[in-house]
Amino acid sequence: MRDYILKRMAAVILGFISMYGFYVILHGHISPGGSFAGGIIVGLSFIAFSTIYGIQDGSAKLPEKILVWVESYGTLWYGLMGLVGIVKGAPFLANKLAGVDLGTPGTLSSGGLISLIGLGVGIRVASTMVTLFFTLMEEEA
Amino acid sequence: MHFIAVDYWIMVLSLILMAASLAMYFIKDLIHAVIVYGAYTVTMALVWLLMNTPDLAITEAAAGICTTVLMMVAIFRTSRKEE
Amino acid sequence: MKLRNILILLVALILIYGILIAVAELPPYGNPDNPAYNQVAQRYINQPIEDTGVPNMVTAIVLDYRAYDTMFETIVLFTAALAVVITLKSSEKGGGDQ
Repeated sequence: MRDYILKRMAAVILGFISMYGFYVILHGHISPGGSFAGGIIVGLSFIAFSTIYGIQDGSAKLPEKILVWVESYGTLWYGLMGLVGIVKGAPFLANKLAGVDLGTPGTLSSGGLISLIGLGVGIRVASTMVTLFFTLMEEEA
Repeated sequence: MHFIAVDYWIMVLSLILMAASLAMYFIKDLIHAVIVYGAYTVTMALVWLLMNTPDLAITEAAAGICTTVLMMVAIFRTSRKEE
Repeated sequence: MKLRNILILLVALILIYGILIAVAELPPYGNPDNPAYNQVAQRYINQPIEDTGVPNMVTAIVLDYRAYDTMFETIVLFTAALAVVITLKSSEKGGGDQ
């Protein structure tokens, strides 16, 4: 697709779509949504970018090295957050039992480890979707 | 067993879901079937919204569109017509 | 061919009959007296803020009460992406397997 109108509109809109995805990830614990849905929205913004601007520009925006790095260490991040409980002398993946400060309910910084875990899960879901799309598309050349 | 107004909307949407599922089976052109699948996901998101589960509605809308895109790419890589 | 179709129809009708009987026995949707709403669901609904500090019940269950499930769910996603990458990328390098 090499349409001028589509490219200009995408240049305006896709940044906001990506920002909305990060909003859904970060506010997953105080509003509807969650890390899975937000991660898929972030991934869809990059998929739409590489559909409109061509797969070469999309790959230049998100190189394969960064995707593999994010995907692997995002999975490891979950386990590291679980180890916080063991370090504090509580069960694996414990939140309140480990003595983490839960903050004021309803604010962005509340929930202790939940928002950190959600950020990791959201970013790696986005990288999974983009990796699947790039792997399926790049073979065509 | 009494019904409230939301239940009638869910019934109407369920009929659309059944029609879409049957259409996906009978349509031989796979790209058309994937487009019908996209309509199926959006209808399913509406059903989740009527059942007061906005979390599932957002996830269904996002994940449904994403799987639609991935299926479309897979069809472009293989063949378009069903044998 | 005719006999095969008739057999398929018979099996499908029997299965539909059984499933309809099972569905007719289900408790009504949204009834608070349903057997699924036991003390576990009561606890998850009544005090997620005391336990996790999160007002969204779904996130409280997914990322705190049932964090193990979500952890292995992400590992399943990781394995799926890994399988696609391995299957589709290996032929590009010309590894000489064929």
